[in-house]
Amino acid sequence: MALMTRELKASFAFVERNFNLTKRYWGWEVAFLVYAVAGALAVSLIGAGQGDDRLLLTLVIGAVFWNYLSVVFSFIAETVSWERWEGTLEYTFMAPVRRYAQMLGSTVYAVAFGFVHTVVVLIVLALFFELDLTRANFATAAVFMVLGSVSFIGIGIMTAILPLMYVERGAQMTFVLQSVLLLISGVYYSVDILPGWMQVLSNFSPATYVLHGVRAGLIDGAGITSLLGDVWPLLLMGIVFIPLGLWAFGRAERYAKRTGKLKRVG
Amino acid sequence: MTTLLEQPKTEPMRWPAPAPSRTNRVLSDDGVPALLVEHVTKQFVVGSRRKRKTVMAVNDVTIRIRRGEIYGVLGANGSGKSTLIRLVSTLLTLDTGRVEVFGHDIERDEMAVKRVINRVSVDAAFFKKLSPFENLAYAARLYGMEPRAARAEAISILARLGIGEKRLGRPLEQMSRGMQQKVAIARALLTSPTLLLLDEPTTGLDPRSKLDVQTFIEELRDTHDATIVLTTHDLAEADRLCDRIGIINDGRIVVEDTPEALKAKVAEEHGLEPTMESVFMTYTGRSLDDDLGDNEDKDDED
Repeated sequence: MALMTRELKASFAFVERNFNLTKRYWGWEVAFLVYAVAGALAVSLIGAGQGDDRLLLTLVIGAVFWNYLSVVFSFIAETVSWERWEGTLEYTFMAPVRRYAQMLGSTVYAVAFGFVHTVVVLIVLALFFELDLTRANFATAAVFMVLGSVSFIGIGIMTAILPLMYVERGAQMTFVLQSVLLLISGVYYSVDILPGWMQVLSNFSPATYVLHGVRAGLIDGAGITSLLGDVWPLLLMGIVFIPLGLWAFGRAERYAKRTGKLKRVG
Repeated sequence: MTTLLEQPKTEPMRWPAPAPSRTNRVLSDDGVPALLVEHVTKQFVVGSRRKRKTVMAVNDVTIRIRRGEIYGVLGANGSGKSTLIRLVSTLLTLDTGRVEVFGHDIERDEMAVKRVINRVSVDAAFFKKLSPFENLAYAARLYGMEPRAARAEAISILARLGIGEKRLGRPLEQMSRGMQQKVAIARALLTSPTLLLLDEPTTGLDPRSKLDVQTFIEELRDTHDATIVLTTHDLAEADRLCDRIGIINDGRIVVEDTPEALKAKVAEEHGLEPTMESVFMTYTGRSLDDDLGDNEDKDDED
């Protein structure tokens, strides 16, 4: 119990530190937020231009929920590359903190930051368009958002390994992976239009199920019980990815310590 | 390059015996050593895929450091000093051998070791956009301290190092390197480590900052129950601060003794002036100028 309390307190170090970093880099954060809002608006305007409310809602949901999932994913996946860039990786890894506590702190902040970021995007979109949400089932959307967060956290932890193992290319790989997730998950279109091999890949992306579930809930008013086909893959991914991610992170840390890759480069 | 070790053996010139030790501290050999390094080896594979080679960074090193001692590690760039510090810091795994910190095995009891050590590296590793207070609060939370208590302690340490409280709220990137290094020292001391690893803490500092840091280390030695391992290129600094010095060359500890004994040894056995420069040149086969000139080539392997 004492150990758990200690680790929980230590995990707050990462929440506070990331909050302070956001505060100090506020200019960049505003710039990224403006870009996210502009991107979401630009995509949604395609739907508005077609005069198709269903298409508009499909695009708005894609833009908003992809924004949330990608912010959560990048914050966690870039935990290592960020510290490598700042030169603090060795300091953090030398501290008496277990890796799950570090990941917990990073995750809590990522989810909170992603939520705030996304709410801002959503408010702007809501002010811009007259969205028809009369049939919306918000509970379904909330459940998918939570389930999606859990599985994206797992993937984020697994991806954070890359900069640990590959000093420079790791961050590039993370970026590529995020781009692939965007492409195959049906963010702005149905996955049915993808080539067959991409449709197979889309089954492994939690974003595919999140976006399908949220759209069914918000556009068609579907309840969670009618979407179990989207729920169970997300549950499974969440249950598997997080412990698997933590285990793999531990192995990668061991590899980095064996090969000297924690050392600052650049 | 002709080294002193390669010079023909002639009757050495006799120099006067070095001055007695500047400290009269009595360090007991009894009990658990603060740091025990036994037959430790670490090698790395470096180079591109086609030109891979194995570099033996630390080669069968054995060191025993007593509680309260300041132990200096001197060596050229790439000699294995920083690798040795990283091994003790739990940032590298051992290939062979064992390391114990106050009786805790570094591999079996890693968390216990992490709680009692801290390290100041040559590059002050901070989030540069954050202020010293924000960086120190992060450190304090990682080590289970209350940030408020840590803040008061940090103010006191930094005041001693010549940095006033009003400078601690601004981003670290606005501070000079010397000031950043002082904040790094304050951060390390904040957690009250019983084993402090100082990896070239004064490299690149201006003379004033260097003196401040050295004086502070002396003060620590005299007032705190801390054991210090210090790597440095500054031979005068090693002479001034260290109770014992180990010289590392190509990953091996080639000689180890008190500064006075080392100086006496080179005077007696090699007929050289009893200075740390002579000691360094004798046991590493290179001058300090060679070493500094080699910096870019070797630092990656260090």
